[in-house]
Amino acid sequence: MPKPVTIRDNPSSHHITLQVNGLETTLRVPPWVSLLDALRDHLDLTGTKKGCDHGQCGACTVICDGDRILSCLTLAVMKDGARVTTIEGIGTEDRLHPLQQAFIDYDAFQCGYCTPGQICSGVAMLDAGHGESREEVKDLMSGNLCRCGANTNIIDAIMAVKEGKYE
Amino acid sequence: MNNFNYTKAESIDQAVSAVATQSEGQFIAGGTNLIDLWKYDLTHPEMLVDLNGLSELKAISELPDGGLRLGALVSNNATAYHPLVQERYPLLSRTILAGATAQIRNSATNGGNLLQRTRCYYFYDAASPCNKRNPGSGCPAITGHNRLHAILGESEHCIAVYPSDMSVALAALEATVRVTGPEGAREIPIADFHRLPGAEPARDNTLGAGELITSIDLPSTGFADHHSYLKLRDRNSYAFALVSVATGLEIEGGRIRNARIALGGVAHKPWRVPAAEAILVDKAPTPEAFAEAADLLLAGATGYGHNDFKIELARRAIIRNGMMALDPSTQRPGAQPSL
Amino acid sequence: MNEHEQIGQPRRRIEGARKVTGQAKYAAEYNVPDLLYGYIVNSTITRGRITAIDEAAARSVAGVVEIFHHERRSKLPGFDVIYSDMDAPPGSPFRPLYDANIRFNGQPIALVVAETFEAARYAASLLNIHYEEESFDVDLLTNLARARKPSKGLATLIKPLPPGPRGDFETAYAQADARFEGHFHHGSQHHNPLELFATTTVYEGDGKLTIYDKTQGTTNSQLYVSNLFGLSFRDVRVIAPFVGGGFGSGLRPQYQLVLCVMAALQLRRNVRVVMDRAQMFTFGHRPETIQHTRFGATADGKLTAINHVALAETSRFEDYNEVVVNHANMLYPADNVALDYKLVPLDRFTPLDMRAPGGSTGMLAIETTMDQLADQLGIDPLEFRLRNYAERDVSADKPYSSKELRECYRQGAERFGWSERKPTAEVNRRGNRLVGHGMSSGIWDVIALPGKASAEFTADGKLIVSSAVTDNGQGTYTVMTQIAADELGLPLEAVSFQYGDSRHPLSPIQGGSYTTAVIGSAIKAACRALRSKLFKLAQIMDGFPLGDALPEDVRFVDGAIVLKKDPFIRVSLTDVIAFNHGKSVTASKSNIPNIFRLKQYTRAAHAASFVEVEVDEQLGIINVTRAVTAVAAGAIMNPHTARSQILGGMVWGISMALHEETLLDVNLGKYINTDLGEYHLPVHADIHDLDVIFVEEHDDVINELGAKGIGEIGVISMAPAIVNAVYNATGKLVQVFPIKVGDLL
Repeated sequence: MPKPVTIRDNPSSHHITLQVNGLETTLRVPPWVSLLDALRDHLDLTGTKKGCDHGQCGACTVICDGDRILSCLTLAVMKDGARVTTIEGIGTEDRLHPLQQAFIDYDAFQCGYCTPGQICSGVAMLDAGHGESREEVKDLMSGNLCRCGANTNIIDAIMAVKEGKYE
Repeated sequence: MNNFNYTKAESIDQAVSAVATQSEGQFIAGGTNLIDLWKYDLTHPEMLVDLNGLSELKAISELPDGGLRLGALVSNNATAYHPLVQERYPLLSRTILAGATAQIRNSATNGGNLLQRTRCYYFYDAASPCNKRNPGSGCPAITGHNRLHAILGESEHCIAVYPSDMSVALAALEATVRVTGPEGAREIPIADFHRLPGAEPARDNTLGAGELITSIDLPSTGFADHHSYLKLRDRNSYAFALVSVATGLEIEGGRIRNARIALGGVAHKPWRVPAAEAILVDKAPTPEAFAEAADLLLAGATGYGHNDFKIELARRAIIRNGMMALDPSTQRPGAQPSL
Repeated sequence: MNEHEQIGQPRRRIEGARKVTGQAKYAAEYNVPDLLYGYIVNSTITRGRITAIDEAAARSVAGVVEIFHHERRSKLPGFDVIYSDMDAPPGSPFRPLYDANIRFNGQPIALVVAETFEAARYAASLLNIHYEEESFDVDLLTNLARARKPSKGLATLIKPLPPGPRGDFETAYAQADARFEGHFHHGSQHHNPLELFATTTVYEGDGKLTIYDKTQGTTNSQLYVSNLFGLSFRDVRVIAPFVGGGFGSGLRPQYQLVLCVMAALQLRRNVRVVMDRAQMFTFGHRPETIQHTRFGATADGKLTAINHVALAETSRFEDYNEVVVNHANMLYPADNVALDYKLVPLDRFTPLDMRAPGGSTGMLAIETTMDQLADQLGIDPLEFRLRNYAERDVSADKPYSSKELRECYRQGAERFGWSERKPTAEVNRRGNRLVGHGMSSGIWDVIALPGKASAEFTADGKLIVSSAVTDNGQGTYTVMTQIAADELGLPLEAVSFQYGDSRHPLSPIQGGSYTTAVIGSAIKAACRALRSKLFKLAQIMDGFPLGDALPEDVRFVDGAIVLKKDPFIRVSLTDVIAFNHGKSVTASKSNIPNIFRLKQYTRAAHAASFVEVEVDEQLGIINVTRAVTAVAAGAIMNPHTARSQILGGMVWGISMALHEETLLDVNLGKYINTDLGEYHLPVHADIHDLDVIFVEEHDDVINELGAKGIGEIGVISMAPAIVNAVYNATGKLVQVFPIKVGDLL
């Protein structure tokens, strides 16, 4: 559950409403605040990670109106009225999403920093029905870098869910 | 990363006039390139006009002449996965899917894709000299690291390349870019949309001040039977092309009736040479025929050291992709070479 | 329950659920109240001095609180020794914001602090710095004449300089039947953990600080900050429970820590400073290195002569060294050997250990050279290595404490199907692609260091073990919990490992593959001391339930002390605590390695990698289609997480061979691909089938766990195996790494 929003106000701030993980959230943000910084600094949803802030690593992936996008290359004001799902909304420690469980079982992470982005990306890909073969899944997941080198375990976890092993 | 004002456009006209009346007004659509450039302190908008509410720019619709209109605000992914695009313009679909990543393609729009700026290292470093960013300051790429850089159509002022994949397919398909500006609407053939750097490398394209792309129109010929996009890069995905080739062929009775070949990653714009396509007509689609076309496409190509390999690589890629186009099922995710 | 219910078992990561749900908090994610945000400004020149800093425009941005730079900073000490951290190489450590001098491009020169991140970032871009530029030299290749021996210091004790010559190399090389001379080069590489370096400093008042830092050593950061700012060691607490990758980059405190603490102390506020990705390229890195090898062998495949010389970059102010050339003669017992390792000081920042430092560089040259000799001699590369197998380390004239490399070769080759490899002269085609097979040996020296841990058995029946050590993703948290659980015969759920906090017993920085051995042994020692205390209490409990049993007569099983000869006689540990008036029992222990015993042996982990590549014949595009790495690293604590460590190492090897390199513009004096778009890490589409084998290896010399460590060994054999496979496929030997598109045309 997001904490109450505390915003350092600015005359050019805009009122926006985001549906974050199913919760209607109203913010006042200046236009130059990225969706990523709004989530992390303003809504205390720090599960979404900042790895490069330039759209080059995928750690900040969130699901916006059903599509996976990079929250670092999105201004919060552009998403007024949108539905945003972050890793906190995918599942909780008590009720893990199948892909989260698969990530644990397949040891699909080490340091854990790219993990929320990988999972949001994987969930959105599976929901969209994209990626028929393992080769295609690898291509469609290539927007999420993993520096620890958990690549094969990540793809194994996704394929396991895709193949119905977690139903 | 300066502060700026922000407004949501309510109509095309209002968007155009909002940008026209602001000294540093800019349109924002997907934002995937603009926000990146802004964060690197390379662009300094004072007002961003958000186009995302303009639903009239968000459609893909059939044209009376059998072509297809791609709204400027349709996302790259929505375009690539659109049934009509997949069925009639599979070359475009595959080319789009070889670009960037799923996340970026979900945000990035068709109009924005045309306006991507170069990925030259020096352009991206605000502290380095760069004629494109800071005219007259010099081009360190010519004597520095130029692995990514142009082998064709470059100038002594700039050897940057234009990074879009989508535009390479649009060039092969001979798309038309429709724009609206303070002076009204006009159409620009894709071949005339991007420009070579010449003495004015700061200008990437021929769009006038305050002009807004409204759609990209595809003519009816889609090369659905014989086409291929091949993208060669430093990793199998999430990297810009060192060399890419979009090929479309129409074949009758074992002979090429119509051919299009466009190169990416080699110049300041998608590279086409009509003579190279003409020479293929009435020939059987063989490696030798594509080699002849390659020689014409690459005539006058120059390397700057690190990018010398591109000349030979491009030649081989043209030949390979010609053969891949005969059987589009040989194409692989990420436009990797056929197995 | 046997004694090893946990050790050696494939346990899932204890923190897994927190990591997959976004609940694991990293250094920049503590949203404490009234937080200020700092943004760092870096030098845009390579060498010279700052003549003026114009703050006016920056200060005009709403929300800016303060700007720190060399003329506006708190007092900093003037002695090098105070800036020395636990991993400082010999020399004069860099001092952030100390003076106007610029020593490298990207040097941090100012910190802008504001009420919001965005205001700090914007104002930082407006800070107008005036410089006086001086000429610089950043180019290794044109400065080789200045190469010199590294200075000696603590670093050269842990990472020894090459041994002196043996035999007569020149004569032996001249007389060899087969000779190969290699010239190898790789550029700088940057660690680029996905988490950006970050510090959140909580100003607690009374000179007390709580610091959330991205680091591989909480104690190291604590020491460094206390020294720099004259704070009492006790008043500085550094916390790092989750670290988003380190790979060596966190072995030294990075400059955001200094700037963040300076601002917090000066402003008496909570402050966060996060680097941006470009700033991640402005500190330590794997050094650009040039290597020259000349190996000679007899016609029947006996290596007789080894010459290996490496020349590496370092900064003008510190001598960073690594072990690059020592391994050829450890692995292959030639009698005529000449090794040399030199540094070239340049106007670049000091390099820093990066995953498999030295070993991954040196073995790339050694193992590529070996394959070239094998090819000349017409001997299978694996057979050639077997003919030169070192049963004993002739370079140091010592036995190995254990060495199952032969078994790595055997099991790896079998799993891979090495016998199907074709000689390089034969073309092996698969569709449009040429297929090549390559292999390589790997070796990593086992480092022994002292460590400390404490253990506490609580009234509610829990075991709490503690160490200041971090877990950057290696699995330390889980593995230490397993080790402690076994020692007291408890289930994992009854054990809590407290770590990543400088309040806990001192730990060395987490690197060099030694953490499991060092901290694991300390935890074992602490738990043993705790057992002894619990047993002593049990002995005197009412009714003397254990009779006259001695410590060796009991086992700790299922939370109880049980008589070995009569398992029905047992005292539960919670009863022991009750007898102790409900007070928990604690023990703290240091583990000091027996250096005298250890020094009698060469101690190393080994590996062998077998790799298949496909190279598009026409286009030269390379894919590593499958690979097997067999590892002999002593006892494996947790095969689940250990396998991941090796897989990660293999991906690093692929990256080193085919992808990553920081491009240096020698004219501008700076790295120019300082982002993850152009600094190419492999993506999922580049990584295909990878397989790991752990070869059984028993070693009772190295430490009582018998564990050698696995952080680096997975990297080392992979890149040379790829280079050899590419050669096998194409007949082309590339000696400048990474191998790039275009190199095989």
